Formats: sequence, structure tokens, C-alpha cells
Amino acid sequence: MAHKILIVDDEPNIVISLEFLMKKEGFEVAVATDGEEALAKVASFNPDLILLDVMMPKKSGFEVCEALRGDPSRAGLLIVMLTAKGRDTEVAKGLAIGADAYVTKPFSTKDLVVKVKSMLGVG
Amino acid sequence: MLSGWFVAALSTAYVLVLFAVARFGDARADAGRSIISANVYALSLAVYCTSWTFYGSVGRATSGGLSFLTIYIGPTLMLMFVGVIIKMIRISKAYRITSIADFIASRYGKSQLLAGLVTVIAVIGVVPYIALQLKAVSASLDVLFQYSDDKFLPWWLDSTLLIAAVLALFTILFGTRHLDATERHEGMVAAVAFESVVKLVAFMAVGLFVTYGMFGGFSDLFQRAAESPELARLLQLDSSRAGTWTAMILLSGLAIIFLPRQFQIIVVENVDESHLKRAVWLFPLYLLLINIFVLPLALGGLLHFQGQNLNPDTFVLTLPMARGAEALALLVFIGGLSAATGMVIVETIALSTMVCNDLVMPWLLRSTWLQVEKRQDLSGLLIGIRRVAIAVILLLGYIYFRAAGEAYALVGIGLISFAAVAQFAPAMFGGMYWKQGTRAGAVAGLLAGFGIWLYTLLLPSFAKSGWITSGFVEQGLFGISWMKAQALFGLSGMDEISHCLWWSLLANIGCYVGVSLNSRPDAVEAGQAERFVDVFRHAQRETDSRLWRGNASVDALVGLLERFLGPARARQQLGVYAQSRGAKDWHGLPADADFVHFAEAELAGAIGSASARVMVASVAQEEDLGLDEVLDILDEATQVRAYSRDLEAKQQELEAATADLRQANDRLRELDRMKDDFISTVTHELRTPLTSIRALSEMLHEDPRLELEARTRFLGIIVSEAERLTRLINQILDMAKMESGRAEWTTGEVDIGEVVRESMATLGQLFREKGVELAGDIPDSCPAVLADRDRLTQVMINLLSNAVKFVPGGNGRVGVRVGWDEKVVRVEVSDNGPGLTAEECVVIFEKFRQGGNTMTDKPQGTGLGLPISRQIVEYFGGNLWVESQPGAGANFIFTVPLPAPEE
Amino acid sequence: MKRASPVRQRFAALGLLGVPLLTYPLLSLPGGSLAGIPATYLYLFGVWAGLIALATWVAERRGK
Repeated sequence: MAHKILIVDDEPNIVISLEFLMKKEGFEVAVATDGEEALAKVASFNPDLILLDVMMPKKSGFEVCEALRGDPSRAGLLIVMLTAKGRDTEVAKGLAIGADAYVTKPFSTKDLVVKVKSMLGVG
Repeated sequence: MLSGWFVAALSTAYVLVLFAVARFGDARADAGRSIISANVYALSLAVYCTSWTFYGSVGRATSGGLSFLTIYIGPTLMLMFVGVIIKMIRISKAYRITSIADFIASRYGKSQLLAGLVTVIAVIGVVPYIALQLKAVSASLDVLFQYSDDKFLPWWLDSTLLIAAVLALFTILFGTRHLDATERHEGMVAAVAFESVVKLVAFMAVGLFVTYGMFGGFSDLFQRAAESPELARLLQLDSSRAGTWTAMILLSGLAIIFLPRQFQIIVVENVDESHLKRAVWLFPLYLLLINIFVLPLALGGLLHFQGQNLNPDTFVLTLPMARGAEALALLVFIGGLSAATGMVIVETIALSTMVCNDLVMPWLLRSTWLQVEKRQDLSGLLIGIRRVAIAVILLLGYIYFRAAGEAYALVGIGLISFAAVAQFAPAMFGGMYWKQGTRAGAVAGLLAGFGIWLYTLLLPSFAKSGWITSGFVEQGLFGISWMKAQALFGLSGMDEISHCLWWSLLANIGCYVGVSLNSRPDAVEAGQAERFVDVFRHAQRETDSRLWRGNASVDALVGLLERFLGPARARQQLGVYAQSRGAKDWHGLPADADFVHFAEAELAGAIGSASARVMVASVAQEEDLGLDEVLDILDEATQVRAYSRDLEAKQQELEAATADLRQANDRLRELDRMKDDFISTVTHELRTPLTSIRALSEMLHEDPRLELEARTRFLGIIVSEAERLTRLINQILDMAKMESGRAEWTTGEVDIGEVVRESMATLGQLFREKGVELAGDIPDSCPAVLADRDRLTQVMINLLSNAVKFVPGGNGRVGVRVGWDEKVVRVEVSDNGPGLTAEECVVIFEKFRQGGNTMTDKPQGTGLGLPISRQIVEYFGGNLWVESQPGAGANFIFTVPLPAPEE
Repeated sequence: MKRASPVRQRFAALGLLGVPLLTYPLLSLPGGSLAGIPATYLYLFGVWAGLIALATWVAERRGK
């Protein structure tokens, strides 16, 4: 059974590329374009891993991450934060609130795929 | 019928009451609970009102109308200048000054010559004034007994002599209890204040009695007086005597502080500077009250005793006597007695201090027997001298009274005395406010002023009394007409007092200033000048001690103190001094400059500053500091003060600068943080399109077999993201240029209407594609503004493309309007989009803040359009803002000012 | 250096005000009489009392 990945980003073109990339690797993919939608999709889609953008309207990636980590039933959910702000403090903050990995935009598609696969324990 | 014995008994009783009051005051002072309150101090100042006021004012009013008031208005005005008086008090306390002679002498280098001169002037000027008091008492007794045949005194005993003797006794008892004259005579002050109340009550009583008892009140009196042409004259002021009026105010204003008794009460007897604040209004109030009934009494007397040729000076007594109001007459007599005794007591104390310290002591110290004998305790001798001086002064007064009798030389002496003490004014004021005033100048001024006073006022008064020939008054000295005593240099048309005041002050001030400017002060003088003039500046102990250098021994100085103050008092003062220096007792103290200064000040309190200096010099080898050295030290002190002021100012400047720097730093930090944020935001904005571009191109690159449809789609996205990136970079550069002021502007006359129309045309295609209606309301000819045409177009396009972005496709409407008033051209771009909240109306003008749903619009917006537009509009002096409410569309408005019309 | 106290300055101002009010030529202004009392008499005592009242106010009011 294919792993489920939720892609959360407010940039439509990034969503398009990530969606294409992950589908191509055989994952089951869902998309959300803001923080609130992301939380709703987590509940309905029940993903194994989230690619979560930090800078989003309504709820930021950090807030979504915190909310998910505050929910014990989602303990096994893997979170990969995506950010275009390359500052170290952002990385540290993301990891501190419980993200499993942190990827800076623009990213190498190959590396991202490798990272996602290794986190999910496939390939 | 008044019995002589009854009057004698009453007078005795009154004097006994005075004794009791004084005794009480002294006892309280000894117990450390002074009864000298602000009110007592203010009342004691009323020692100014002597029998010359009590009886004489009415007399003056019968001839001069209201002009007697000047004598009381002057003091009222003078007291308002409290600063001058406080300075006198401060100086006197700091240097233990005990009389006006000492004050002047001390200021001009502790000069025995000046002290003696001032004393002589004061004695000559004031002893006749004392005689006048005795005469008043004697005259009042005469009036009382005029109505009785009772001769109660044996022929060989003169009542006036008796009164003089009692007064001498009283003065000796309460004026010379302590040697140190700066030790105040609180009992005496209390007695004087008590007397002030008595004389006011007595005078008001007789005033009320005459005005309302004998006549029908003020208006009745005045109206009856107005009927007689002679009396009507008294009701009006004589404008031709305007000069005299002003001169009298000046004269009495000076007298209130320079008469020896006034100096004694105001300065020496002052317990607390704050009491002055009360005196400033309470004493003038006293003067006002005691003067209200003067004119009514004068008119009443003139009306009542018409044709009887009575002495108007006795009206206050004769009026009640004529009505048989004996009790009232007795009260008035007691009031007059109060006025006379108060004056005599204080004046004799003040004069005796001056005579003892400034005439007798210098002579004694120079004479050999005192040195040879080396008596251990001279304090007894000093007190003895003062007591003798009191007796002698009163005796002199009595002799003058006997000799002068009814002569003019006595009657007119009040103002003559005033004019004598007015001669102290230049040396006093100059001494307090002018460092350059010198001893030579003071001596010259005093001699000149005193000489003129003698020649134009005192000697003529002798001549009028027939004691000397009056040739110098009528024809001029040696027959030289411009030497006429009361018309010097032909100056006539003034009364004698104004004449004397004018010439004597002219000569006095002229000599004082002229000689001062042409003489050099010696070292001591320069030091004293500095201390007096700058007394408010700071505690001068340090400078004081630097101004003395030499060798002294504690024992010798203590010996000196014991000899002049008496052992007990010397020990007491030494103890206080030792405490102030933080030592347990004086034995361990070094005989340094400070100690010498203390000893000299203590001695000055007892024997005057001039003699004190001589005595200290006799036991201590003082190195002679030259004038230059003293001036150096003083300059240094002044410089140190200036430095410390500068330092203080510098420190304040530094503090201000530090605060500024801190603020600037905070601003920089804030800017730094903003720059950081900006860079981080820019990075984010740049990376976002890059992310799509990289991801998509990597996928295209890795998978050549990608379907054509996907390839085309991806390439489309890559192109549009690359465009976005380009636009972003351009705008960031644009923004950066504008913010750093390096943007290029080509300013010229621009027709905004044209710019708007062109912009609308440029974007017409975009609007049609989206199905948005674009309507313009643009007048054909708009006024030209000074701006950059391309930049304005940029703004317009930005606003229009924003509008089209946010209105709903299909039924969107965007309207453009151009209008103007006399100041600005106004362009509005309104849409029917979702509108903005109040908060959004503000934030959309911040960088990288975008309105609306970014999900759909982000690829087109950079978040820099509006900030850039706003910068452009503001550069041309206009404004850009938005008016909107959620759901009601948005209205973006910008204005550009019209060029000011050329005149 | 301390500045002269405001109370002292107010007193001095009163003194400076009093000088012209109580000397010529202002003094020649009042003429005639009021309720039988000469106007000059009323003026002199009135101004004098006024000055005293102001001085009282300056001296005795509390606080600032």
C-alpha cells in the first residue's frame, strides 16, 4: 500500500511541482493551500508524511506543526518543513517544535525524494 | 483734673509693664524658646514711628496737607525690595556685623577710619532726633498739666531728665545684658513690639474719637474743611511740589533701612529671614492704619481751635482734653510715651554699640595702658563702656533738648536726620553690589555728602535758631551768592530737604564712584568686596581660609577670646565651633586659617570688625598677602566656580548626548532589525519562484519522456515564474534606489489627464480579457503638474492592475476620476472588489504585504507595487491612500500638488 | 547658582509698580471728591491698601 503524503503550500506552482514529483514516485498525494485546510486534510486524508510550508496565510507552518504535535493520536506522523527563509533560527525553531526534517527552498527534487523515502522507510 | 502724681504713677506702671515684657522675652530667649515670631518682628519695625509720627504728623498735615504720607509710602515701597534686605542680613550674619558703621567698615577692608566716620555721622545726625523724643514727652506732659496747677516735681528735678534717666536705665538693663551684640536683644525687641501696639491703639482711639465723636465722620470733617479756603488747600495735593514728593519717598525709603535703629531692628535683631515675608506687608499695613486719622485729626484741630493759635503738634492731646476726655488723653500720652521710648531705647543701643566699637575701642586699643595692664577679662570693661555710652548719648540728647527748646533746630530734625543717614546709601548699596567700590571712594563719598548735609541743612537750622549768623544762608558764604546754603549754585525753587538730598547725593555718589574707579583696593578690601557682593554664591569658608596665611597659636587666640568675651562665653563659642569641625573639644584644633577666621569673627561680634582685625593681628603673625596675590586667589575661586559651572553644563551636555546616542542606537537597531527582516523577506520572495523553476526544470531534465502536455504546462509555469522573478528583482532595485535617493527622476510639466488616459489604454486589453468594465471621468484639459511622467504612469498602472486583480471577473467595475482644486490634482481609482478592513488599508502600503487571497494572485503581485507608488507620489509632494470598507470596494486616491502660482 | 526666588521677584515687581502709582504725574489725576471725601485721599489710601493686599497675597499663599 502506498504511503500517503500531504502537500501544504500556498504557492500553486510549487504545489503543482511537488504533487507531480510525489505522484511520480508512487505516493498517494493530497493538497492543501493554507494551514487550516492542512489540519482538515490531516484528519480526512490521514497522511503518513506532510510536506509543510512555513509561510502561509491563516495558519503558519509552525502553528500547524505545533497543533499536530499536540495531538497524541498523530504521534507517528512525519513532518517535513519547507521554508524559503534560509535563516538558521527558522530551522532551529522548526526542529524545536517537533518537525522531523527541514528542507530549504529551492530544493533539489532528487534529494527531497531520497529524504522522503528514507523517512518513510521505503526504497 | 489730672493729678501729677497720678500721671507719674501711670507712667511708672507703664514702664514697669515694659520691663515685664522685656524680662519675659529675655527669659524665653535664655530658655531657647524665642518669642520673636514673624508678627513680633514686623511690629518691632514700627519703631520707625516715633513721637515725631505720633505728634508731629498731625502738625505736618496742618501745614502740608497729605505730604506727610510720603514718610510712610517710602518705607512701604522700600520693603518690597526684600532681596536687598535679605542680602544685608545674610552678610551681617556671616561676618557677625553689629551695626551699620561696622557693615560699611567691614566691607571696605575693616577700616577703623570708615567705622569712626560713619559713627560720627550717625551720632551727629541722630542725637538731635533723640532730643526731639525727649521734647515730645516733655511737651505732652506740659499739655496734660496745662489743665492743672499741680506741680508734682520739686523745682530742681526736671521731668524730662527723669524720663531720660529711666530710659537710660531701661536701655542699659536690656540692651547690654550680653556683650556679643549679634546675640540679639530679644527682650528689647519684644518690648518695642509691645509699644508699637500701644501707640497704634492710642492713635486710632483718638482718631476715632475726634472723627466720629467730635465730628460726624470723615465726610462731615472733610466737607466742613472744604468750606474754608485755607483748609480746603490741605485736601488737595500741590502738583508744583511733585519733586519734593518724590524726594521724600526716596529719603524715607532710605531711612527705613539706614537709620541706626532700623538697621538694628531689621538686620541685627532678625531671628529668621522668613520673618521678612510677613514684615513686607504687616509693617506697611501698620503704617497705613496709623496714618488714616492724621488728616482728620489735623482738620479737626484746626476747625475746633480756630483762632486759638495752639501748637498743632499737640492736637492729639489737646483735642480730647478740650472735650474733657481725660482717660483718652492719658491713653494718648502713654501712646506718645511708647513712641518716644521705643525709639530712644533702640537708637541708643545701636549708637552705643557703634560708639563703643568704632570710636572708643580703637582709641583704647591704641593707648598704652590697656596693653600694659593686660587685663585678663576685658568683657566687663566693654559692657561698662557701652553702658556709659548709652548714658552719655541720652545725656547729649537731653542737653540738646535743653539748649534747643522750641528752636527750629529741634522741630525740623526728623527729616534732617533722615538726610544724614541717607548719606550711607551709596557706600552701602555700592558695597553690596559693586566689587570695584573702594575704601577711598567710600570715605570721599561720605565726607562729601556729609559736608554738604552739614552746610545745607544742619548749619542753616542752627542759623534759623539764631545760634550762628545766618549770613551764609542769606547772602552765601563770604558773600558769594552761589554759596547760599539753601540755593547752592543758584538752585532754588526746592524745599531745603530736597535741595540737600539732591546736592549731597550727587556729591556723595560722584565722589564714591569717581574715587573708587581711580583707586586700587588693598588686599583686605578686595577680599571683603568679594565676600560681600557674592554672599549668596556659596559657603565661603574655603576662600576665607585661603585668604589668610601666617602663624598663630591656639592659646594666644583663645586667650584673646577669653579676654574680650569673658571666659565662660568664649568656652561656649569654642565648643560650638569645635563641634562644627567635627572635633570633640577645641584643645586639639590646629591654629589654622579657619580657626583664625573663627576667632576674628567672634571678636568682631564683640568689638567690631576693624578692632577685631587689629587684635587678631597683635597675637598672630600674618603674612602679608599682596593685593595681586589676593586677587589671584579670588580669581581662582571665581574660576573654580566657573569651572564647576562649566563642568556641570558639560556633564549635562554629555548626558543629553548619551541619551541621543542611545536613541540613535535604538533607531539603528530597529533599522537593522528591519533590514534583516527585509532581506529575509526578499530572500523568501526570490526563493519562492526559484523553487518552482528549479523543481520543474529538474523534473523536465530528468524525465525526457514526459508527456507533451505536462512539458508544455511546466515550461509555461517556468516562464511565468521567471518573469515574476525578473519583475521582483526590478522592483526591489527600484525600491532600493528610491530609498537611498539614487533614483533618477526627470521632472517636467505633466498633464495628469493624459497620463491616466494612456495608462487606461495600455491596460485596456487586460480589462477586456477579464471582462472588467473600465470607466473614466477625465476632463479634457487638466492643469499641468511638475512630476516625472513615466513614474506617474507607473503609479497609475500599478493602481489599475491592482484593481483589475481584485474585482470579480465578469461583473467587475473599475472607475477612474480626475479632479482638482486650487492646491492639488486628485486621481481616484475605485473598484467594486471585496474591499479592505481598516487594518488592511494601512498594511497594504508596507513592503511585501499583499491584500486579498494570495493563493490566486501571488504569481502576479510582488508586494512592492503600492509601497513604490506611494514613494513616487510622496516624492512629488503628494499623498497616496485608500478609502475602503470590507465588501464595499476600494477607492485608491492619490494627489499631486499644483505648482504655486507665480506672483 | 540659585536664581532669585519667585516670591522676592514678585515683591520687587510690586515695589516697581508702586513707584509710578504713588508719585507724580499719576498722582495729579484724581480730583474732586467722593461722598464728601477728597478723591486724592481715597486714591492714595486705596492704592496703598491695594499694594499691601497684593503683598499679603504673595507672602501668605501656600504652595504653588
